[in-house]
Amino acid sequence: MTTAPSLEISGLAYAYPDGHQALFGVDLTVGRGERVALLGPNGAGKTTLVLHLNGILAGGVGSVTVAGLPVEKRNFAEVRRRVGIVFQDPDDQLFMPTVREDVAFGPAAAGLRGAELEERVQGALEQVGMAGFADRPPHHLSFGQRRRVAVATVLAMRPEILVLDEPSSNLDPASRRELADVLRSLDVTVLMVTHDLPYALELCPRAVILSEGVIAADGRTQDLLCDEPLMRSHRLELPFGFDPRSVHVA
Amino acid sequence: MGAGHAHKLYRHGHSPVHRLPPHCKLAAAFAFVLVVVSTPREAVWAFGLYAVLVAGVAAVARIPAGFLLRRLVIEVPFVAFAVLMPFVAQGERVDVLGMSLSVSGLWGAWNVLAKGTLGVAASVLLASTTELRALLLGLQRLKLPPMLVQIASFMIRYGDVVTDELRRMSIARRSRGFEARGVRHWGVLAKTAGALFIRSYERGERVYLAMVSRGYAGSMPVIDEVTATRTQWAYAAVLPVTALAVCLMGWTL
Ligand SMILES: Nc1ncnc2c1ncn2[C@@H]1O[C@H](COP(=O)(O)OP(=O)(O)OP(=O)(O)O)[C@@H](O)[C@H]1O
Ligand SMILES: [Mg+2]
Repeated sequence: MTTAPSLEISGLAYAYPDGHQALFGVDLTVGRGERVALLGPNGAGKTTLVLHLNGILAGGVGSVTVAGLPVEKRNFAEVRRRVGIVFQDPDDQLFMPTVREDVAFGPAAAGLRGAELEERVQGALEQVGMAGFADRPPHHLSFGQRRRVAVATVLAMRPEILVLDEPSSNLDPASRRELADVLRSLDVTVLMVTHDLPYALELCPRAVILSEGVIAADGRTQDLLCDEPLMRSHRLELPFGFDPRSVHVA
Repeated sequence: MGAGHAHKLYRHGHSPVHRLPPHCKLAAAFAFVLVVVSTPREAVWAFGLYAVLVAGVAAVARIPAGFLLRRLVIEVPFVAFAVLMPFVAQGERVDVLGMSLSVSGLWGAWNVLAKGTLGVAASVLLASTTELRALLLGLQRLKLPPMLVQIASFMIRYGDVVTDELRRMSIARRSRGFEARGVRHWGVLAKTAGALFIRSYERGERVYLAMVSRGYAGSMPVIDEVTATRTQWAYAAVLPVTALAVCLMGWTL
């Protein structure tokens, strides 16, 4: 397949229609198979950045390419297949009457039918350990289960890069760990927006800090989390009693 | 097909009627109702036969009579309307139990009652043997405008989410010491409704983003195509065709 990085963002700046400037020139490259945490305080522009990755927001300055393909209107269909975004609230993401139909939505929109479609759906549900729930309506699942199904809905599209907006929010510790196991088991590039710093450390060898619309730091997650002045200057705080130095990461 | 969405009217089962494809059942029920409505009201015996037909389908579907009858109570408001007709209608009058009733009103009442009851019974049968999800697929198959089918399926999906939101807002209100008592508090309830509308609207926007992110470009991809064989259509046709025969007899006799 391609050797281009999964994601290449350069000089991306964006102002919302009301004039509020949210991004001021973001540069970020994510290689194939990398797992990168995108950290930053509330209002830093993380969600704004994520919405640029598949062209939902556009019209600013700069460029985004996904595995060599520029995110432009004429490529939207392919880009949206390659970039799988898992939104924060699974109730927004799961809009079909049954889990199976929801997971099938993306691949079916891309033209898959019949046995091939069925196989995709089964495969994706198995990857997140939800194969037994295919015929359930999403609103009868627990929050953690819905989050996992939301991940399956984008996995079914065989994305080049999986983008998760706050994957661990609202999960109990067991669901949080189960989701971590799922994410670790996937063989796909991951960009994970999170406020959960221990989670970032656990899952992502590399982290970037987005602050006031620019990438303020980029490095090994452990190094960033251990750099107290850096963390403080970007309103990032570790949970009480958590010492990133004491964690052994691969 | 989904085991979910077991709505209140649905009765789980594996009868031949349950197994018929949803669009066949929809078409059959609709045709049956059309036939019933176009039967002359004077052919009282025809309505008796229709009732027998409905009972027959219910027996094949293994829907107990009690279940069916209890669900017929939706009809009560119409019954009330029908009962009024003999009293208020004009024209020739007869004396029944010392009351002077209008003849055309009596026929009108009978007409509404008989046709209404049969129509409701057919719909209840359809609903108790078909899941909501299947009904939607059937409507889609019968070429109902896709927009309507999409709206209906979003209503099913988000009905619970919205009621839940409403419930949470009511809990939040009451936790802060508010009880709706009387007209003076309607303002607060109106604001709640407004807030609910805005929240739902914003959710709609977020859902739309999620759909677009997965390749939505204006039309829902076909995921479940419901199909029917000729035999299944033939089975479904038994009810309306028999009813049509009865109806024709009603016009000629
Ligand atoms: N639709 C919008 N119109 C105008 N401004 C917006 C809009 N959405 C977000 N903003 C502004 O853009 C900035 C970045 O918002 P964004 O949602 O990207 O932050 P975030 O990093 O995702 O924050 P959080 O951690 O709270 O999710 C914020 O200052 C926000 O107020
Ligand atoms: Mg955000």
